[in-house]
Amino acid sequence: MATLARLQARLTGQWEEYFHRNRTVDEYRKVEHNAAVQIQSWFRGCRVRAYIRYLNKMMIIIQKWWRGYQGRKHFRKMVETAYFIMKMNFYNEMAVRIQKRWRGYYIRKYIHNYYALKKYLEAISVNNDIVRKELEEFAEMKEREKEKKDLEKEEKKKDHQARKMHYLLSTEQIAGVYNSPFRQSPDPMEVRLRKAKPFSYRRQQMKKHFTDEISDWLTCTSTLTFPSMKPLPPIGRQKPQGPFRDTAEVLQQRYKPLEPTLRVATSINSLEKAREEIKREEWRNRINDNKFLPFSSCHKNQDYDPLIHTSSKYGQMTYGIKHFREEHYEKWIANKDFETVFPSINLFNKFGQTYSKAGQIV
Amino acid sequence: MSQRQVLQVFEQYQKARTQFVQTVAELATRPQNIETLQNAGVMSLLRPLLLDVVPTIQQTAALALGRLANYNDDLAEAVVKGDILPQLVYSLAEQNRFYKKAAAFVLRAVGKHSPQLAQAIVDCGALDTLVICLEDFDPGVKEAAAWALGYIARHNAELSQAVVDAGAVPLLVLCIQEPEIALKRIAASALSDISKHSPELAQTVVDAGAIAHLAQMILNPDAKLKRQVLSALSQIAKHSVDLAEMGVEAEIFPVVLTCLKDSDEYVKKNAATLIREIAKHTPELSQLIVNAGGVAAVIDCIGNCKGNVRLPGIMMLGYVAAHSENLAMAVIISKGVPQLSICLSEEREDHIKAATAWALGQIGRHTPEHARAVAVTNVLPVLLSLYMETESSEDLQVKTKKALKNILQKCTYLPALEPLLHDAPPNILKHVVGQFSKVLFVVWCC
Repeated sequence: MATLARLQARLTGQWEEYFHRNRTVDEYRKVEHNAAVQIQSWFRGCRVRAYIRYLNKMMIIIQKWWRGYQGRKHFRKMVETAYFIMKMNFYNEMAVRIQKRWRGYYIRKYIHNYYALKKYLEAISVNNDIVRKELEEFAEMKEREKEKKDLEKEEKKKDHQARKMHYLLSTEQIAGVYNSPFRQSPDPMEVRLRKAKPFSYRRQQMKKHFTDEISDWLTCTSTLTFPSMKPLPPIGRQKPQGPFRDTAEVLQQRYKPLEPTLRVATSINSLEKAREEIKREEWRNRINDNKFLPFSSCHKNQDYDPLIHTSSKYGQMTYGIKHFREEHYEKWIANKDFETVFPSINLFNKFGQTYSKAGQIV
Repeated sequence: MSQRQVLQVFEQYQKARTQFVQTVAELATRPQNIETLQNAGVMSLLRPLLLDVVPTIQQTAALALGRLANYNDDLAEAVVKGDILPQLVYSLAEQNRFYKKAAAFVLRAVGKHSPQLAQAIVDCGALDTLVICLEDFDPGVKEAAAWALGYIARHNAELSQAVVDAGAVPLLVLCIQEPEIALKRIAASALSDISKHSPELAQTVVDAGAIAHLAQMILNPDAKLKRQVLSALSQIAKHSVDLAEMGVEAEIFPVVLTCLKDSDEYVKKNAATLIREIAKHTPELSQLIVNAGGVAAVIDCIGNCKGNVRLPGIMMLGYVAAHSENLAMAVIISKGVPQLSICLSEEREDHIKAATAWALGQIGRHTPEHARAVAVTNVLPVLLSLYMETESSEDLQVKTKKALKNILQKCTYLPALEPLLHDAPPNILKHVVGQFSKVLFVVWCC
């Protein structure tokens, strides 16, 4: 009990201390709680941030590698296409060169000879010149002929005039119209008059009567002339017969012999007859009547006769068959002969064995 | 009354008839009288005079009728309606040669106006009698009959066929060989009229052996005969290649070229027509003509003539150039293009200009060389101006446009293209600009 009393004496002071302590704790509980919360939250934040930072770093690494991989893949594709295009252009260029040569050769050889065409065109222009010249000459000749004819017509007309007007000739006493005394020499018409032979009277009478029939048909239809009337025959007379044609003409027309055309005159069997005629003639002239047999089985069992040129007493010479030239090996400079065959082209060896897709695209 | 007085009445009547008929025939020669004569009823008066007893009155009446019918087709129809034709045909067979000439003249005058009248003549059986007249001895009768047949056959193919069926063609070929020039002319003209309608008719004429005689007659100096002969040959040759080849085999080249230098305009025109008809069929025939120097002769002929006479020559050049580029080059070498450009500028008529434009287009369309040869003569601006002119006919515009297009598509001669840039319409301009782009692209690539 003493302890208890001692404890209680200590306690009263301690009850206040206890009370104070609890009160302080209670007073500071909130503040402390908030501070603790703050501290903890900041710390949690630091941890999370560190974690996120770490994740970001990892992400960056992964993405960096992935993008690098995609880029490289794309680049590879681009390089492949560029290479392919380059190859195709090259092939096209070479193909163009080959085709160019081939087309030129083929056309020049088989289709169009340029020089022949040029020669032909020159020949045509030369020919044209010749033709033009000849035609010019022909035209000139025609002109001259026409002039000559016109002159002659003039002359004839003047002579005719002179003959008609022969009475205008001058006499000793009276000078004619064309022979004026004031002229030095007489007019050419005067000369003509002197030469002219006058027309006779009867001829002039005849010229007056235009024939009393429609003789010139064309003038008849276009001008005024038409038949002038003979005096009328007395009425009541019987109609006279005629005009008669010439007997010879009539008989000729009546008894004209038949002139059949060649086609009518040949008989229908003329073709067959001609053929038989030919056959008979051939039979007559033939010596051997046997038919010719075909030659195919003639040479089946024949032996081969070698050429005389290449056979000698001791068998066949090999010159001309096995070797063709004299060859002196000791005179050669190098040890090798000329190459007789082109070397093979490597590119063509690779055909179908490369990975290029050139052919498939085409 | 005494017998004498009775007979005198008849004599007076006969004299009156004769005078009437002669005066009417004389008046019918002048056109101004014919109206009056028609109104006075001359047809019905002349008709009974055709049956008159006196032969001279018959002949003069027929002559008067012919002159009247010749004037216009109403009168010709009146002749047909008046049933005069059967009477004429009947007496054609029997009468003397003057009547035959007059009757053939009437038939010709009636038949020339229209196909219906010609058909009426055929229907009354005149063809057989006309063909019989062709066998007559007198050349005047033959000429009149041949003329009538020619005029009938001119209208259409059926009438030509009827003439051929009557057997006229061998006789016409015989007529050609006669010595009289007028008869030759008319027979050649009749053959030309018959053969122009269809290839079968032309073949019939050829089968009768006409070509050899026609070819011989080209050398005859008479101008009108040459016209008809050349016309006949060209009508035959135009139908088909075989007929043209037959014409060529008759060795008309190079004689035809001398006809191109003749002084008569129509001889030149018909000769050019003949050459054109032969050249248009195949390249081989054109080649033949070019080798014989025909192109040079035709070009000279074009240079000497004016107007419509030039047209067949121009078309011939176009046909020759159209066949192949070698022939077009031959035309260029013979100096054809300057001549054609002169024609294009000189001529006034639209159809001649259209033909010239077409010919130039045919020459220039083959290769750039040809187009250059055409463009160098400065003809492209002329063509363009013709295309743009509102007064040009539609045919001319179409042809110039085609020619321009064809030439421009091959032309690489830039100095000639430059003037066109200024005033060409868009559809032509696109070709010009296209050519520029081609040439400049080539320049740039080099």
